[in-house]
Amino acid sequence: MPHVSFPQRRDASERGLYRADLEHDSCGVGFIAHMRGERSHGLIEKALEILENLEHRGAEGSDPLTGDGAGLLLQVPHELFRAEAKRNGFALPRRAGAYGVGMVFLPSDEELRTRCEQMIEEIVADEEQDLLGWRDVPVDTSVCGPNALETIPAIRQFFVGPGTLAADPSALGRKLYVIRKRVDNEARNRGLQEEEYPFVCSLSRRTIVYKGLLTPEQLPRFYRDLADERMKTGLALVHQRFSTNTFPSWSRAHPYRRIAHNGEINTLRGNVNWMRAREPVLMSPVFGEDVDKIRPVIDPRGSDSAMFDDVLELLVHTGRSLPHAIMMMIPEAWQKHEAMPEERRAFYEYHSCVMEPWDGPACIAFTDGRLVGAVLDRNGLRPARYTVTKDDLVIMASEAGVLDVPPNEVRAKNRLQPGRMFLVDTLSGTIVDDEIIKEEESSRRPWQRWLDESIVTMGEVPPAPSGSIMPPMDDGSLRRAQKAQGYTMEDLRILMAPMAKNAKEGTGSMGNDTPLAVLSERPQPLFNYFKQLFAQVTNPPIDPIREELVMTLRTTLGAESNLFEESPTHCRKLQLHSPILGNEELEQIRALDRPGLRAETLQAVFDPKAGPAGLEMALERLCRDAEQAVQAGATLLVVSDRGLSADRAPIPSLLATGAVHHHLIRAGLRKAAGLIVETGEAREVMHFCLLIGYGAGGVNPYLAYETLGAMARAGELDGKDEEQARLAYVKAVEKGILKVMSKMGISTLQSYRGAQIFEAVGLSERFVDRFFTGTPTHLDGVGLETVAEEAIARHRGAFSKVHLDVLTDELDPGGSYQFRRRGEHHMWNPSTIGALQHAVRSGDYGLYEKFTRRADAEARRDTIRGLLDFRTEDVTPIDLDEVEPAHEIVKRFKTGAMSFGSISKEAHETLAVAMNRIGARSNSGEGGEDPARFVRDENGDWRRSAIKQVASGRFGVTIEYLNEAEEIQIKIAQGAKPGEGGQLPGHKVDDNIARVRHSTPGVGLISPPPHHDIYSIEDLAQLIHDLKNANPDARVTVKLVSEVGVGTIAAGVAKAKADVILISGGSGGTGASPLTSIKHAGSPWEIGLAETQQTLVLNDLRGRVKLETDGQLKTGRDVAIAAMLGAEEFGFGSISLITMGCIMMRVCHLNTCPVGVATQDPRLRERFAGQPEHVIHFMTFVARQLREIMASLGIRTVDELVGRTDLLKPREDLEHPKAKQLNLSKLLYRPDVEHPIRNVQWQDHELELAMDTVLLEQARPALEKGEPVEIQMPIRNVHRTACTMLSSRVAKKYGIEGLPDATIRIRFDGSAGQSFAAFLANGLDVTLVGDANDYFGKGMSGGRAVVFPPEGSDFPPEENIIIGNVALYGATAGEVFIRGMAGERFGVRNSGARAVVEGVGDHGCEYMTGGRVICLGPTGRNFAAGMSGGIAYVLDTDASFERHVNKEMVDLEPLTSEDLAFVRSMVHRHYERTMSALAWRVLSGWKKESRRFVKVMPREYRRVLDERRGAAKTA
Amino acid sequence: MGKTTGFLEYERHLPERRPVEERVKDFKEIERHLPVVEAREQGARCMNCGIPFCHSGCPLGNVIPDWNDLVYRDEWRAAIVSLHSTNNFPEMTGRICPAPCEEACVLNINDDPVTIEHIEMEIADRAWNEGWVKPQPPERKTGKKVAVVGSGPAGLAAAQQLGRAGHDVVVFERADRIGGLLRYGIPDFKMEKHHIDRRIAQMEAEGVTFRRGVHVGVDLPFERLEREHDAVVLAIGSTTPRDLDIPGRELDGVVLAMDFLPQQNRVVAGDTLEDQLTATGKKVVILGGGDTGSDCLGTSLRQGAEHVIQIELMPKPPEARTEDMPWPQWPMVLRTSSSQEEGGDREWSILTKRFSGEDGKLEKLHAVRLAWEKGDDGRMRMKEVEGSDFEIEADLCLLALGFVGPEKDGLLAQVGAELTERGNVKATEDAYATSVDGVFACGDARRGQSLVVWAIWEGRECARAVDAYLCGESELPSSPANAA
Repeated sequence: MPHVSFPQRRDASERGLYRADLEHDSCGVGFIAHMRGERSHGLIEKALEILENLEHRGAEGSDPLTGDGAGLLLQVPHELFRAEAKRNGFALPRRAGAYGVGMVFLPSDEELRTRCEQMIEEIVADEEQDLLGWRDVPVDTSVCGPNALETIPAIRQFFVGPGTLAADPSALGRKLYVIRKRVDNEARNRGLQEEEYPFVCSLSRRTIVYKGLLTPEQLPRFYRDLADERMKTGLALVHQRFSTNTFPSWSRAHPYRRIAHNGEINTLRGNVNWMRAREPVLMSPVFGEDVDKIRPVIDPRGSDSAMFDDVLELLVHTGRSLPHAIMMMIPEAWQKHEAMPEERRAFYEYHSCVMEPWDGPACIAFTDGRLVGAVLDRNGLRPARYTVTKDDLVIMASEAGVLDVPPNEVRAKNRLQPGRMFLVDTLSGTIVDDEIIKEEESSRRPWQRWLDESIVTMGEVPPAPSGSIMPPMDDGSLRRAQKAQGYTMEDLRILMAPMAKNAKEGTGSMGNDTPLAVLSERPQPLFNYFKQLFAQVTNPPIDPIREELVMTLRTTLGAESNLFEESPTHCRKLQLHSPILGNEELEQIRALDRPGLRAETLQAVFDPKAGPAGLEMALERLCRDAEQAVQAGATLLVVSDRGLSADRAPIPSLLATGAVHHHLIRAGLRKAAGLIVETGEAREVMHFCLLIGYGAGGVNPYLAYETLGAMARAGELDGKDEEQARLAYVKAVEKGILKVMSKMGISTLQSYRGAQIFEAVGLSERFVDRFFTGTPTHLDGVGLETVAEEAIARHRGAFSKVHLDVLTDELDPGGSYQFRRRGEHHMWNPSTIGALQHAVRSGDYGLYEKFTRRADAEARRDTIRGLLDFRTEDVTPIDLDEVEPAHEIVKRFKTGAMSFGSISKEAHETLAVAMNRIGARSNSGEGGEDPARFVRDENGDWRRSAIKQVASGRFGVTIEYLNEAEEIQIKIAQGAKPGEGGQLPGHKVDDNIARVRHSTPGVGLISPPPHHDIYSIEDLAQLIHDLKNANPDARVTVKLVSEVGVGTIAAGVAKAKADVILISGGSGGTGASPLTSIKHAGSPWEIGLAETQQTLVLNDLRGRVKLETDGQLKTGRDVAIAAMLGAEEFGFGSISLITMGCIMMRVCHLNTCPVGVATQDPRLRERFAGQPEHVIHFMTFVARQLREIMASLGIRTVDELVGRTDLLKPREDLEHPKAKQLNLSKLLYRPDVEHPIRNVQWQDHELELAMDTVLLEQARPALEKGEPVEIQMPIRNVHRTACTMLSSRVAKKYGIEGLPDATIRIRFDGSAGQSFAAFLANGLDVTLVGDANDYFGKGMSGGRAVVFPPEGSDFPPEENIIIGNVALYGATAGEVFIRGMAGERFGVRNSGARAVVEGVGDHGCEYMTGGRVICLGPTGRNFAAGMSGGIAYVLDTDASFERHVNKEMVDLEPLTSEDLAFVRSMVHRHYERTMSALAWRVLSGWKKESRRFVKVMPREYRRVLDERRGAAKTA
Repeated sequence: MGKTTGFLEYERHLPERRPVEERVKDFKEIERHLPVVEAREQGARCMNCGIPFCHSGCPLGNVIPDWNDLVYRDEWRAAIVSLHSTNNFPEMTGRICPAPCEEACVLNINDDPVTIEHIEMEIADRAWNEGWVKPQPPERKTGKKVAVVGSGPAGLAAAQQLGRAGHDVVVFERADRIGGLLRYGIPDFKMEKHHIDRRIAQMEAEGVTFRRGVHVGVDLPFERLEREHDAVVLAIGSTTPRDLDIPGRELDGVVLAMDFLPQQNRVVAGDTLEDQLTATGKKVVILGGGDTGSDCLGTSLRQGAEHVIQIELMPKPPEARTEDMPWPQWPMVLRTSSSQEEGGDREWSILTKRFSGEDGKLEKLHAVRLAWEKGDDGRMRMKEVEGSDFEIEADLCLLALGFVGPEKDGLLAQVGAELTERGNVKATEDAYATSVDGVFACGDARRGQSLVVWAIWEGRECARAVDAYLCGESELPSSPANAA
């Protein structure tokens, strides 16, 4: 068994691209507790059973016997320990809680271990506590997997008794905390590596953690204590880990000291920085001098969960209650929550001044040994269900059904809700209601009064002093300032004007083919060296429009106070509703001078004549000024580049911001002041995001305002006046910032600020370390000198002329978005396009070579691969005949995913026909596919796309569609706009498109930003499993976009059993996207692919998957380099369109493509002139050229080429001054391990273990002869995706029509696992007696599914959750009857299913485009957000429904008689199927009840229906 | 930008030319102007391409989509600024350029291209009429002196740019009037000469000095020029005509086009010529099917020739693009010039073998028909068609066979700069520097005979190179051709 040692791992991260700090995990989490704290051994057994039933949520690495880790957190088993202590020769105090016990992982090396133990003993002694004794924890190492065994620590417990302390148990608690922090710190200070430990799992009077690099099933066999009858507990937290971590370790298993976590902290970098910044302010009377020992509060080596735990622990030690601390770290979405009580809002608002939220999808289970509870993030992005039994057990877990509870034992079943806390107090024996906990905390202090006294809103700030606001600049000064700040014509015309006109960002198409900033020959703003990061797989992006209620830009600025205290001073801050400040607002702030709020302006300019040294000096001065200002009492620093002149050049604003921010952090002063940036440089969304991301709390883009003012005065902004233009622009910027935040799944600006959600490309590590500390940077490159030179060049352009004729002195043309000869370079230009089209039309390989000479030359100046050459030194060329034939090679080629809808039918089908003819693959894109294409044409051509895409919109994803695929591609992200959803405007949805997408013609369609069934890596594993069941013959590809850390994500995806992983370049993308996203999100594929290859090889996952890449691949050289960097398959997006006639108009979003490629306009489609031959010529040319390269390198097959970075070398002939500085060695690094470097085996999907194998057997008569069958089966939560493989078989044989209704009847009893009845086919009639988990009826394509509670359960079903979250996601047909409530997002993106349900959670019917939903009970918030079609009928018993609807797209209407008849018949059928008492009540009181129904009608849908009706009438 | 759906709403439309019967009676320009509304509609047809192929199809790199949009939006003043940013003389190129931009226009793939050239002319003319075109004298003088030899489009563009950069520029022209081929090569019916005069006035106001009638290398030794200036730009054109060395060439009536055309321009300009060579009443044969040939044709018709025939050696080109000259390349297709609209006959694939006549006067051409075949190397080869000999009666035969390079004697001999194999002045690609320090070359003299847009572009780029040579770096704009 190959194994990777820690040193190998460190080597890989130092010399290669692997990054240990970017690992993610997510998992199964849960707890069980006796409500009254009754301690028993049985509870441990139940806890272990829960853990085992969550096993499918974990992952196994290359070593399936090891797993990613599992653990338990229990109350200290006093009885056991007392007895054990005695046996070990020491005594424990009689009373539980009078001593502390530490569970510690120690080095297995005897000598090292002794040293560690000595260290611990010394620290305990030094803290004047008694070390009572050590105990070897009895373990059975024989159960461990090989990898676990390699790193196994010595596991010991030590017991600490109070020494000199008073008998206050909390004093002992504090001392234990100090001891643990000291152990951590000293171990780190001594330079002990992670694997050398010591690692303190827990050190507490009340709780103890048993965990390890084990599977749930190994855990109880490994720790013999767990089987010991003397071991008792009243509560237990459990955790099963699924990590993208390629090297799971013992210490990273959960639970931590107080929590077990399922989720992700998106804002971690910022949270850590802010916490560090706040440390200098910490002071505590109870800790006294001990406060010094607990710094750093956060152990930098920990995972995100560990860091969360570190801070939670501190907060609890400040004297706050555990719920209080949790409310501070994960506040509810309070800002826009109108129904929230005033006091609670005040609580949150006050605490927003104390600490920024830890933002990200999370389910956190926590306990201090007495209270046990769980909380979900503000958006509820993790599943959590609980059951309360009649014998006082509370069971909470990521899934329902983790513990068998007889129906008649159930008292209640429910789910956790977004932002809500679920808490059990085992002392008082109660489940404490969320309202009560929060009310208690909200009333503990006069938060509101404190806020009233201290917090200052802009409305309260006195008006700006007269004369302080600058008059508009004259034309000459404006033009100079614009030039000095690098404005281009495109900035004005393409970026800013649309923002000012439409209050939103402009849109573009066809990706980005300009050079990276570091390769550009034009001076680049520093902003352009950064790329935005975005969420993929491990956490979901948010929809900032439809789920606006969780998003906020509100923030506070000013000095922060000591975390150990609570006082009005803490909220003596300036509150801003938006970080974008107008000129007047800024002057108001500048004039502020009141206690705790005083502003000071710092000059961020430098003398350009002094060259780069001038900038260096100016930065030093700026930092010094900042420091002095803070020391002198300023709490608001305004970093300003106003007042440019011939000898005052602006310091790049991002540099000034990063410099001040990090300098103040280092100086321990950052929390003493807020940062405002007054800059002429910021103009596009990315700029603002960067400034905020590196610490700015407010930005005043004065020059952008001036520019828009001038444009407005010149009448260039559709008649908007200056103020209107400015306001619209600010609105657009704000929306843009929200979108960028939401891309990463961050919902509050406060958490985004300083979170540094960026990576740098081509900046030097030294430079980044100094000014942007903690930001990943690639290709160690240029530094301050280059940045200075570029700033000076801009300044020179502005001030070289004494007089300036504004009219003739035009701005630089830019040319980044559209080709301009004097502008930025483009790889796609008239010459390359002309040459390529000539070549593919003529079929002349010589002409293609002519094209590639040009294209390769372009690539050599614009791309990373262009910096590489083939290493031919030790190579023996071979004869071309010996190389794998071209017709084999083309099978590795694919076209990019482009939906029918984004491109025309003609273009879409031409691609499919071409690729099918040569055995290559085209991709359906996300718009479904016309079933007419599934049948071959008479001439043998096939218009079917071999690859079917499954994207977040799930348009047209039916069981038939999936079965018409050779490959199913899950699009997590796309290069043009990673982390974002899309929108197909109504005018593009013609009859054909609507039919294929199962929607209504003329009604717009929204693709949500996340897949609502992928919020985490284990969810992705589930979707892959679902799709494998839906078509066992197709391979499943997961499409990711290159960004830093994509390698570790890919490792998780490989563990989630994807067959192929596509690393897509950030530059590519044919679709329409916001311009910011096209340019600034996602990195080049070379980096992402290399990182992925290295990470997968290193951890021995590479052999299990294939890698694919795409992004501006054009020539044999490109493909050869892609293969060498690790790819086995290759995608061609833009270029395949260009072969068919695309000329990069970049107007795909306007429907005016003049060559008929990307348009639905019939007049333009007629102009389409592409032929399959053109595409075929291109593909075969590439293969032919690749063969020639392979022959010259002595390589026979593509497989032999994969991962051969030894055949590459950095170019030696570089002349470009910036490119010359880059270091490419990390890109070419090959991990020093013996693992496979390419795919050598298929994933084991374990489909043979699925329940459906039995169903298939039993349903054989139906499948073969169409005879009715009836089946009965028990079911448990581990049975996932039930009925899907069966549906697949039906669809394969009978197509979308399936079998006649109810040919196959199945009754299940029990708790169904996730994805019950996913992609259900027609002819299946499934009844579940029990309950179900998430994704019930996902992608349902027909049939019927019914759920009701078993007989004997006496809890009212309509008040209890019976199915989990995200039911009917993307369903296209079928019907469901659910007796009971559903979780969040019921019916999301439903486009055809009919449903009756008795209550739903938040975001019900979100993005729905068709079908009917009848809800007989309450709904959560944000109902019908983004709903453009279909109808919902809600029984509004308490007239509260209106408050819960998002009315942006829908109206509430009374029901017509037609509606009433329909609803009544559906409810009647619901009653027949489920015997619902609620349905009976409604039917029996129909006259009264029917009046309470409200009809939710999408406006657009109504309009189209009315139009149709009108048309029918006139006809 | 532009009107998103403009190209679907409006058709290509050019103003009508003056009727043939009217225009052949004078030497005035034949083009009319479009009403403003229609011009704007034509601008609206521009599609705001992601890659404006026109913009690369234009040797100057005119930012065509930008000014098309400005015209559509009725912002003519900004449009002339945009146009002037790449082109010193748009009123000229808007009249006499063959418009490769329109061939490269994306609409030309499957529709009619935007009327780019006409819009250019509309912008320029309007700017002049409105008084928006003003002298732009430099803010600072550098004190450096530059001599520009030759006042054709390259020389003028170079001079204007250098003057604006603050150098003292003197333009030397051997002819009596400024303008080179613009002045004496292009007939007035294609471009009236007041366009040049206006520019000269503008340049003089900007500080450029013109010395007419000074033949450098003859009247003024180059050595002196070099001594008195910090840099010299050779923009002397490619004026050596290709001749036809066949029997009878010496006959009276066999005339080089450039000995014929300028005379008419002088007359239009008001000069009185004692014995102007005209086509009046003559049977005229023009050898050469290119632009100069057409100019000879239009001039002959206006002079009242009895009959004109234009003969081309090469075969008749196809009516439309063929596969081996795909968009956006410049296609060799059959084009009909405005002069060809006006009359005369055209013949292709004809080789003139000899001239004959009596009393030293031309009477006949003796010619043979050709068959063109593609050889194994892909190149076209000609073969005489046996027995196809024939004769054409002629009083006047105009040789419009192109030019083979700059004149080698006199000036070039004195400069001593290296020449290329083709006989052009050798100058580096980016720096325009000849082998002699401080001496630069641009335009046809460097590139060989070409379009006026190339000449202006070379003049501009050369000026930037000279400026950089003199000052270390240059802020004059550049429109690099290799970007496309």
